[in-house]
Amino acid sequence: MLDLVLKISLIAVTLSMLALLYRVIKGPSTPDRVIALDAIGINLVAVIALISMILKTSAFLEVILLVGILAFIGTVAFAKFLEKGEIIERDRNH
Amino acid sequence: MTEIIKVFVGIFVGLGAFLCMVTALGIIRLPDVYTRNHAASKGSTLGIMFILIGAFLFFYVKEGHYNSRLLLGIVFIFITSPVAGHLISRAAYHTGVPLWKKSVLDELKDKEKHEKHGLDRSNGEGK
Repeated sequence: MLDLVLKISLIAVTLSMLALLYRVIKGPSTPDRVIALDAIGINLVAVIALISMILKTSAFLEVILLVGILAFIGTVAFAKFLEKGEIIERDRNH
Repeated sequence: MTEIIKVFVGIFVGLGAFLCMVTALGIIRLPDVYTRNHAASKGSTLGIMFILIGAFLFFYVKEGHYNSRLLLGIVFIFITSPVAGHLISRAAYHTGVPLWKKSVLDELKDKEKHEKHGLDRSNGEGK
C-alpha cells in the first residue's frame, strides 16, 4: 500500500515538473523562467527523496543537500545577474 | 515497520505531492511574475518539506536512528527557498517587468522613486 502511494506521488511530482518545463520554455520574461527553474530544482529534491524511499536505500540522501544548495546558488546568481548585469563584482566601491 | 508509521508516511508524502501539483498549477495559470513567484516559493517549499518529513519518518523507522542529512536538507530548504523567491522577485521588479493590469496596489512605486531621488541628491552633495 505504501509503495502504491509512493509511486503515485512520484508520478504526480514528475508531472508537475513537466508542467513547470512548459513555463520555462514559454515564459514571457526572464524572471518567469528563473522562477520555474528554481521550482524544478526544488521538485528534483522531492523526486530524489521519493526514489530513495521506493528503493529503500539511504544512499541518495547526500544528493538532496547538494541539489538544494545548487538550486539556491543558481537562483541567487540569476537574480544578481538580472539586477546588476554582472555576478562577481570586482569594483567594490561602485 | 509498524503500520501506524506507514500511514503517517503515506499521509505526509501524499500531501506533499498534492502541494507540488498545486504549485505547478499556480505557475501555469497565474497571470504575472509576482503571483507566479508567490505560488512557487510558498507552495513548493511546504510541499517539499512534507515529502522530506515523510522520508525522515520512513528512514527513522527503517534504520532506527535519526538521519541527520535529511534534517539538514529540511532546514536548508526551509531557510533558502523563500530567500531565493524574494531575490528573484526583487530582480524582476528592478528590471521593470510589468504588473498584471488588474493589480490594484503597488506599494513599492512611490518608495522606489523617493529612494532614487535621495540617492541622486546624496551623490550630488558628495561631488
